[in-house]
Amino acid sequence: MTASTDLGTGAGEQVIDQPRRGALVLRRLLGNRLAVVGLGVIVALFVLAYTAPLVYHWDYEELDYTAFLAAPSADHWFGTTQVGGDVFAQTMRGLQKSLVIGLLVGVISTAVAAVVGAAAGYFGGWVDRSLMWLVDLLLVLPSFLVIAIVSPTFRGQTWLVFVLLLALFAWMITARIVRGMTLTLREREFVKAARFMGVPPWKIIFRHIVPNMSSLLIIDATITVGTAILAETGLSFFGFGVQPPDVSLGSLIAAGVDSAQTFPWLFGFSAGFLILAVLSVNLVGDGLRDALDAGSVRSRRADRRARGSAT
Amino acid sequence: MTAAEQFLDPVLAEGPVLTVSNLSVSFPSEAGRVDAVRGLSYEIATGEVLGIVGESGSGKSVSSMAVMGLLPGSARISGSVRFRDTELIGKPDVELSRIRGRRIAMVFQDPLSALTPVFTVGDQVAEALQVHRRELSASAARNRAVELLDLVGIPNAGSRAKAFPHEFSGGMRQRAVIAMAIANDPDLIIADEPTTALDVTVQAQVLDVLKTAREVTGAGILLITHDLGVVAGVADRVLVMYAGRAVESAPVDELFARPRMPYTLGLLGSLPRLDDEERRPLVPIEGQPPALTNLPAGCPFTPRCPLAVDLCREVEPELEIVAMAHRAACHRSSELVRSDATDVYGVSTLAEAGTGEVPRGERPVVLAVRDMIKHYPITRGTVLRRRIGTVHAVDGVSFEVRQGETLGLVGESGCGKTTTLMEILSLTQPERGSVEVLGRDVTGLDRKARTRLRRDVQVVFQDPVASLDPRMPVADIIAEPLVTHGVLRSEIRTRVPELLRLVGLRPEHASRYPAEFSGGQRQRIGIARALALEPKLLVLDEPVSALDVSIQAGVVNLLEELRVRLGLAYLFVAHDLSVVRHIADRVAVMYLGRIVEIGEVRTVFRAPQHPYTQALLSAIPVPDPAVERARERILLTGDLPSPADPPAGCRFRSRCFRYTALDAADQRRCEQDDPALERTDAPDQQVACHFAAPYAVL
Ligand SMILES: Nc1ncnc2c1ncn2[C@@H]1O[C@H](COP(=O)(O)OP(=O)(O)OP(=O)(O)O)[C@@H](O)[C@H]1O
Ligand code: SF4
Ligand code: SF4
Ligand SMILES: [Mg+2]
Repeated sequence: MTASTDLGTGAGEQVIDQPRRGALVLRRLLGNRLAVVGLGVIVALFVLAYTAPLVYHWDYEELDYTAFLAAPSADHWFGTTQVGGDVFAQTMRGLQKSLVIGLLVGVISTAVAAVVGAAAGYFGGWVDRSLMWLVDLLLVLPSFLVIAIVSPTFRGQTWLVFVLLLALFAWMITARIVRGMTLTLREREFVKAARFMGVPPWKIIFRHIVPNMSSLLIIDATITVGTAILAETGLSFFGFGVQPPDVSLGSLIAAGVDSAQTFPWLFGFSAGFLILAVLSVNLVGDGLRDALDAGSVRSRRADRRARGSAT
Repeated sequence: MTAAEQFLDPVLAEGPVLTVSNLSVSFPSEAGRVDAVRGLSYEIATGEVLGIVGESGSGKSVSSMAVMGLLPGSARISGSVRFRDTELIGKPDVELSRIRGRRIAMVFQDPLSALTPVFTVGDQVAEALQVHRRELSASAARNRAVELLDLVGIPNAGSRAKAFPHEFSGGMRQRAVIAMAIANDPDLIIADEPTTALDVTVQAQVLDVLKTAREVTGAGILLITHDLGVVAGVADRVLVMYAGRAVESAPVDELFARPRMPYTLGLLGSLPRLDDEERRPLVPIEGQPPALTNLPAGCPFTPRCPLAVDLCREVEPELEIVAMAHRAACHRSSELVRSDATDVYGVSTLAEAGTGEVPRGERPVVLAVRDMIKHYPITRGTVLRRRIGTVHAVDGVSFEVRQGETLGLVGESGCGKTTTLMEILSLTQPERGSVEVLGRDVTGLDRKARTRLRRDVQVVFQDPVASLDPRMPVADIIAEPLVTHGVLRSEIRTRVPELLRLVGLRPEHASRYPAEFSGGQRQRIGIARALALEPKLLVLDEPVSALDVSIQAGVVNLLEELRVRLGLAYLFVAHDLSVVRHIADRVAVMYLGRIVEIGEVRTVFRAPQHPYTQALLSAIPVPDPAVERARERILLTGDLPSPADPPAGCRFRSRCFRYTALDAADQRRCEQDDPALERTDAPDQQVACHFAAPYAVL
């Protein structure tokens, strides 16, 4: 009566282990070489951005009146600006800001989209109607205008408020897509099974609905990280967000883009770091997607590799 | 012997219509070359029905597509397909299409895709005529089309010919497709799973039409199906396919009576039968069919074969003559003369239920449903919603399930079986009537009490793919009910391997995802999850109908064993009455949201009293050609009426054969009085018919 087919994964492991989903996903993620590289680069960027200014001999606000528009040298590693600011120090400062802003906005807006969309789709009725009304309202409001209007209120506040404002206007379209997917997922038998088991609605949403949309959510989050970093630049023009003398990668790029041909160091280094950051976020996102996707051949291979290297 | 001569005669007289020799088909794929068909040979004589059977993925459809030249360009085809005197392989498509449709006709599983939605059915049949016979005038073609539709049993063919395909039911569409197929008097009809998408009563009608088609055209028929019962009733000769090859072929009586290859033997033993008297264990064939990439040398059935010897692993057996007109591909076929599937596969006999001694009346009631209804509104308009009607999905059903017993709920698609289950499982007050679980009325339960009650009522769904969260490892899936009901982590760690072992899986499967399992194994996971909380009642919605027969047998045996061991009660929904006959103690037959007959399985199957039960039972094919030939079929006319508009009086009136035989006064009674369930003389049987009378259909 026993179905004794060997499923042919892994050779003769006899350990009876029952790792939970979290552990399994982590193991698969760490088995994916590109994702590990991406993760490594992100960590390295953070470490660099926060420790380099401590040991470097110029501050980002300091000006060197002996060197205007100097090319990279031993003294000014990335050269200097028109007024003698040190580009390396500014780039590190900008990297700090942009990394934090990008990652926070990406994670917050995607989380809001997932929760709002899934709740609207799962509960239906008045919950759905009021949440979708809110989405439509935010979609028609011109976000730049709103931010410009409310910015005086928040002037002088921490830049975290700015992160929240950026996130506020980034989640609506995703939430609509999530709602649509939830409507179909809700009728799937495994969701019904959970309901008949007595699993409470919010647990069903977080345990069954959201994980089954993880591909969409991860792609969305990685894209939002990039767009948030760039959107922040645009908003700086309105006198809001990261203001001089403080800098972000976005404002550095904006300032340096005009002279990119003649003085490439003003633009090249910050653009390079931006690309590096966005790229590694994408690698981690891809890896996470594969790790969560049970059926993916690549992740199963990664799993085996991870298991193999563990023993 | 005589059967063999019968089939040989026309071949000698006229030569075969179709000769397939050494046909091989392969497809390129990422995992390597897929050898879908490997050296298949057969022939079909004029007027002969050849049945090809096999599990999903055995190459049945690909081989017939190759015959018709309908494979995609990436397929590599070798061998020969001769239609009369014409070689079809390698012929350009233009020439092939001249033969297709005119001399070779096709009937597919899904009739909707074979009809164009924007033309009327009559026009499409007429077009099929004119394409190949230009001289035919439009009006003559239309008249002939109506004649053909009439021939295949479409009522009022003249007016129905003007209807569009979506206005036809599934069974009527399939008949229209058969009308198109026989329009040009073909020499060969290829029917690929023609009745798989249809209900049994409709299947019986369509098979009947197919027989008519053969009589009218004298064509040879290639009937592809996974249902051995259908083959037993319709085919003259049978070819069994496994892993892209023919493993056995014989005249139908010979094959069913004396299979000479372990796979065929197992397949026949795995079928539950409608006419079984005693409960016998089914024969499960362990494992699953091999992947068709990089097949190892030797017999492809070796991993599942109880008789495999070393030779089997090295040399693939040829299809050789083992008796008159009987071929089999097995090294040990000579030892298989007159052997029994249960002996060969070593199936242990079932333990008897522990509740056997306690009479039914004294066992506690686990589930009591009284007069329950569920209506769905039909609405029109998006802005201003108007209610324009009501679907009477469930319209007053009552039944009881007692501890340790299985109640089978059967009926055609759309009769309200799933709706009944979902209403019960919601554990909320129904629109009317009451539901009592373990003696507690679900009306007025608060949320806490309801959650607590859910421990005792668990569910297994039909589709093993959809019912498991693809993103969860098996350990988490099985642990979910335990976690939900607050079982300690340490206890869960020991429960999960226990449960896996209980359903015949291995504990080390716990860290895998559902996608890594076969259909039968996934269904076992679903059962393990349902059993985790040690429920008292298990509700099963078609738990085996998505599985191949050989796999289905294993799951049915498992369910039976678990019920006996754990003293469970089952509410078992199925459309396959053979499975219900096998597994259930009592059966309830549903028609249009009502129960029309309910009672002890043996009584209801031996002496059904409601005309619908009788028709349903008589429509189920029995996998035994001799029995099939001797049976008299009750063919129902028409299709299930819409549940939005059930007939007044007795709902079965529009299809009832007993009603048509009544005199006017009695007919009026059927038209005006809605019959209620009444006791019969049998100890446990109730029927809702004014003119109930037993009639043995088996
Ligand atoms: N949500 C719904 N809205 C409207 N009608 C519905 C809904 N769900 C089911 N129905 C209708 O109710 C009737 C009974 O459906 P149900 O699914 O219970 O049938 P069933 O007996 O389980 O059929 P099957 O054998 O195909 O599973 C059908 O006519 C169906 O179309
Ligand atoms: S050849 Fe061997 S493995 Fe194949 S069916 Fe016969 S006995 Fe079984
Ligand atoms: S009551 Fe009349 S119509 Fe209904 S099943 Fe009986 S004989 Fe047929
Ligand atoms: Mg159903």
